[in-house]
Amino acid sequence: MAEFALPANSKVGKGETHKAEAGAKRIKTFKVYRWNPDTGKNPVMDTYEIDLDKCGPMVLDAIIKIKNEIDGSLTFRRSCREGICGSCAMNIDGTNTLACLKPIADVKGDVTITPLPHMPVVKDLVPDLSQPYAQLRSIEPWIQSDTPAPPDAERLQSKEERAELDGLWECILCFCCSTSCPSYWWNGDRYLGPAVLLQAYRWIADSRDEATGQRLDALEDPFKLYRCHTIMNCTQTCPKGLNPAKAIGKIKQLILERQG
Amino acid sequence: MSTHDKPVAVTMRRSGLSRARGLGSAKSGSAHWWAERVTSIALLPLSLYFVASVILLLGADHARMVAYMAMPWNSALFLALIFAMFYHLALGVQVIVEDYVPNEAKRLATILVLKGVILFLALASAVSVLKLAFS
Repeated sequence: MAEFALPANSKVGKGETHKAEAGAKRIKTFKVYRWNPDTGKNPVMDTYEIDLDKCGPMVLDAIIKIKNEIDGSLTFRRSCREGICGSCAMNIDGTNTLACLKPIADVKGDVTITPLPHMPVVKDLVPDLSQPYAQLRSIEPWIQSDTPAPPDAERLQSKEERAELDGLWECILCFCCSTSCPSYWWNGDRYLGPAVLLQAYRWIADSRDEATGQRLDALEDPFKLYRCHTIMNCTQTCPKGLNPAKAIGKIKQLILERQG
Repeated sequence: MSTHDKPVAVTMRRSGLSRARGLGSAKSGSAHWWAERVTSIALLPLSLYFVASVILLLGADHARMVAYMAMPWNSALFLALIFAMFYHLALGVQVIVEDYVPNEAKRLATILVLKGVILFLALASAVSVLKLAFS
């Protein structure tokens, strides 16, 4: 049956507190999940008091400040700092989002930061995303076409055909949605999850792709696709404002459509 | 030497892609998904009809109850209600068990037992309606 006991090293303890420097006026408290695989100890929530007058406006600015000035061992992924690389996806104030797009001012009270939920943790805020990456690879996210490309031009789309990809191409694969989905938590080993299904639909919807049937064949499965129970956490949490639930609905609709 | 320093026995060398592909697509699931939607839509008017029947029969004696159920329209609608409701229940319960029972053998056994119970309840309800219809 369902497992009720937590696995080893799951219980989160209380960590260290780093006080703000004297004279700081606008203090915001950040509670950050810390876990180091090398110590063998349970994870803890460390507390950092940050002077907002000496910090950038986004949550990413604060954790970079913590790493640079308070605790160099704090580990997290970040790169572009403008919501296009998807690296700094983490759970902030109870919602999966990108630290670089989340204004500190949006959080009332203390800012709690934990890794993306229900993924194995590599260290601190770095989750192991090997599983969703492999699942993305499994849906073959590249153009498949028997018709050779014109020798002297691109494969053309009409404006209408191109518009079909709007709301899909913007996905940056941060996996905020998949890791917010209870169905993905319970059955992530078989359910592909919203991010990967949105990508699958991105290729199904592409007018230049000629493998639509095979793509639908590969998805028509009680677990790969139909574990989606329209819980809608994916759409609610997407930091890019996309709608993975709608894309999944479209896939279900197309599978129904081809039957009659 | 702390506990986590002990060597961990590797039980899986299968690649991530192999695990993601798993046993491949079952090429099914859409019929189940669609039937769940269709029965839920059918249950909207049928449930209203059921509630209306209950209100209509409030305080009725046995003879009136039997006479009501023996009317062909009522028998047919009650049979339709029973079919849609228990079919929808069986489909939904299967999804819940698939969600929460990861072990294949336990999952199969739980689904079989629950579907057996649901089928029996559906048959018992249908027989009750038919007995009243032909009494």
